[in-house]
Amino acid sequence: MISKLRIKWLIGVVGAVALLALLFAPSCARKPTTQMGDIAEAATATYVAPGDLDEFYLFASGGHSGQVYVYGIPSMRHISTIPVYTPYPATGYGFDKESKEMLGGFTWGDAHHPAISETNGDYDGRWMFINDNANNRVARIDLRDFKTKQILGPIPNVSGNHGSTFVTPNTEYLLAASRFSIPIPRGTFAPTSAYATEYKGVVAGVAIDPKTGQMSLGWEVMVPPFDYDLGDAGKGASDGWAFWTCYNAERATGKLEVTATQKDRDYIAAVNWRAADAAVKAGKVKTIGGAKVIDPKEVPGVVYLLPCSKSPHGVDVSPDGKYIIGSGKLQSVTTAFNIEKIKTAIDAKNFQGDEDGIPVLNYDAIKDAEVNVGLGPLHTQFDDQGFAYTSLFVESAVAKWKLGTWEVVDKIPVSYNIGHLTAAEGDTAHPAGKYLVALNKLSHGRHLSVGPSQPESSQLIGISGEKMKLLYDGFTEPEPHYAQIIRADRLKPIEVYAKEENKHPQAIWDVKDAKVERAGNNVTVKMVAVRSSFEPNSVEVNQGDKVTIYLTNIEQTTDELHGFGLNDYNINIVADPGETKVIEFVADKAGVYPFYCTNFCSALHQEMQGYLLVRPRGAAKAAANRPGSGATPVGGH
Amino acid sequence: MPETVSQSPPFAFTAWMDRANKFFELSLTLRSRLIILAGALILLLSYVLPLYQMTLYANQFPDGLIIKIYSHGLVGGKTAARDDLREVNTLNHYIGMRPLLESDFSEFNWIPLMIGVFFILALRTIVVGKMSNLVDTLVLFAYFGLFSLWSFYNRLYQYGHNLDPTAAVKVPPFMPPLIGSKQIANFTVYNLPGLASYFMVAFVVALFIAILLSRKQTAQA
Repeated sequence: MISKLRIKWLIGVVGAVALLALLFAPSCARKPTTQMGDIAEAATATYVAPGDLDEFYLFASGGHSGQVYVYGIPSMRHISTIPVYTPYPATGYGFDKESKEMLGGFTWGDAHHPAISETNGDYDGRWMFINDNANNRVARIDLRDFKTKQILGPIPNVSGNHGSTFVTPNTEYLLAASRFSIPIPRGTFAPTSAYATEYKGVVAGVAIDPKTGQMSLGWEVMVPPFDYDLGDAGKGASDGWAFWTCYNAERATGKLEVTATQKDRDYIAAVNWRAADAAVKAGKVKTIGGAKVIDPKEVPGVVYLLPCSKSPHGVDVSPDGKYIIGSGKLQSVTTAFNIEKIKTAIDAKNFQGDEDGIPVLNYDAIKDAEVNVGLGPLHTQFDDQGFAYTSLFVESAVAKWKLGTWEVVDKIPVSYNIGHLTAAEGDTAHPAGKYLVALNKLSHGRHLSVGPSQPESSQLIGISGEKMKLLYDGFTEPEPHYAQIIRADRLKPIEVYAKEENKHPQAIWDVKDAKVERAGNNVTVKMVAVRSSFEPNSVEVNQGDKVTIYLTNIEQTTDELHGFGLNDYNINIVADPGETKVIEFVADKAGVYPFYCTNFCSALHQEMQGYLLVRPRGAAKAAANRPGSGATPVGGH
Repeated sequence: MPETVSQSPPFAFTAWMDRANKFFELSLTLRSRLIILAGALILLLSYVLPLYQMTLYANQFPDGLIIKIYSHGLVGGKTAARDDLREVNTLNHYIGMRPLLESDFSEFNWIPLMIGVFFILALRTIVVGKMSNLVDTLVLFAYFGLFSLWSFYNRLYQYGHNLDPTAAVKVPPFMPPLIGSKQIANFTVYNLPGLASYFMVAFVVALFIAILLSRKQTAQA
């Protein structure tokens, strides 16, 4: 039995709770309603129904993973990975002869700044270029088949190629630069005590064939040993110019965190690349490390220095090319330089000094504004309404401001510590607006915990309205630096290599042509892969033979890829429909080694297998005297 | 008495023959000839149009794999991402069906030839302008049509019944539909005549109309 006293006490407690609930209910109720409204709006804005397609592609650099990741926008779904600088067994990249040669023995790269090829300052969707900060290389991805087609480098003299690959408006050149100045050519020794004089910075243009996209060495300009950081090519009003920020105007070594942050201003290096082009053609160059290097002391008019607020990071050219936006990461302002004023100052020789003979333009004469964007400004992107968006690392936010009036109109916090940001076609002459993605460095607490090794967070932000709106948290593999967003309809990728297009001399299209041939110790196999078999499915060689397999996937249907995994030989190739891949190895291990299709293809995928039979060395000699030895006939039906 | 008995049937037969002969001797009216010309031109068009279309739908092929049979060959649907004929043959090998190969079809040699022959026969009918030519053309074409149909039916039967006994997937022998749809494993197959088949029918109809018109007109005259 419950006593009356106890009941009274209970009623009292319930009453008090009810009263409290009443007091707090209005404020509690109001908050979820507005949140729900925003959430519903964001959900509808980013929901791409099953079977529907995204509106934009996002190509995010994979940083020290060496790859490029492809996402759809607005869904932020990861669609695929394009291997560039790192072997990627999932697509067989780095295992077949061609990609192996392209990688040149390196097993990683640091992919930072993708640049889609441009025509008249707008994306033409033909190629995408990306730099390797670690090994001084640049790569070209063909956007027709999303495959890496060329890796150029290591580029002579360029050391720590970070300020790359920003392309000129008609993809004449892509940019390259030294972030870590060294004595040149690479391989030269000089102690760091001689840094200020013996170490050289290099800024360069890598030439691009307008028809094929083939990259080759263009011009290089020898510059003082600052740390050249990020770049952008001029367009419109500033067409013909290339810009790079640099920190460490102190020419310091050692603990740069301190030694390179003493000056209030560093520089933006501005190169007149048409003048550089002309200097190369006129032969006014030195050949250093195999590259044509311009010494600005001997060829004036090629390079100028623009003073820029402390330790600048990003330099970004406005869509019309009029403004050069430099962000000093250790100040709270972003500086807008005016290209007309720069040209006037050059003509009037309005210089405030020089660095190793390179004129330093008068800061007050060339800047239009110092925009008070917030703490730690890094990079700027643009929309179709005349607004600029600057990422603020320290403040962990994006600032929206107006070009021309320099007024900061909105700010949105991001989670957390944004590095680059990328707006839809936001670095072209005609930005698409609508979306930007904040490429944040820290993601802690925003996703299910995955232990100490954390992904990055990439947040989709709607920029159609007056206010920026956070729409979606995406998570990206380490580590997106810069990224490109391109309208999906600009790309028309193929999904099958048409039989007619396969010009490989060893390609075969009929199982009847499959064969194993021997010439001395070289065994050549012409192999067909088609649902659900390899032909030949049994290859017999002698230990020590050099084996070359030309594997042709004779499918002509999208998504019918076939893998070729060779057990214990560390080989995995994937041949796309209509593709011929070359596998080279020395059969140094005797015994029987299965090979099988690694890329699921059909109901009888498991049965798609065969054997590599490696006759031991001693046995090989004995067997050579037996009939039917040596070149093994196509067999094993 | 015997005369009447013995004479009456020959008389009726002769009269019928007489009427038939007269009918065959009729000359074709201008309108008939124009209609034959129109029919012949339509027949000629059937050379460039598909006689027959097979469409195979499955979950993973929502747009359908398409194979069109022309008088002169097999043409599979082809996009940047797919070669339908190749795909159908790849899939069919699992049930042990012979690949559809153009070289296996003698029809692709003689059907185009026959279209040409009938076009010439039609022109001959127009120029000579006798009912007998018209009827000949019609009868020959009817035979050609029926023979082609049988031949095609037989082809389908053979493809569905001569399955490789070593095939990975065993299916009972089947008759693909001549016209209509059928579920075969995970595929819904629609087999339908193409425009060229309709054009061939149109040719027959044109010949019929030409006969009717000339018969009436001559009867009136």
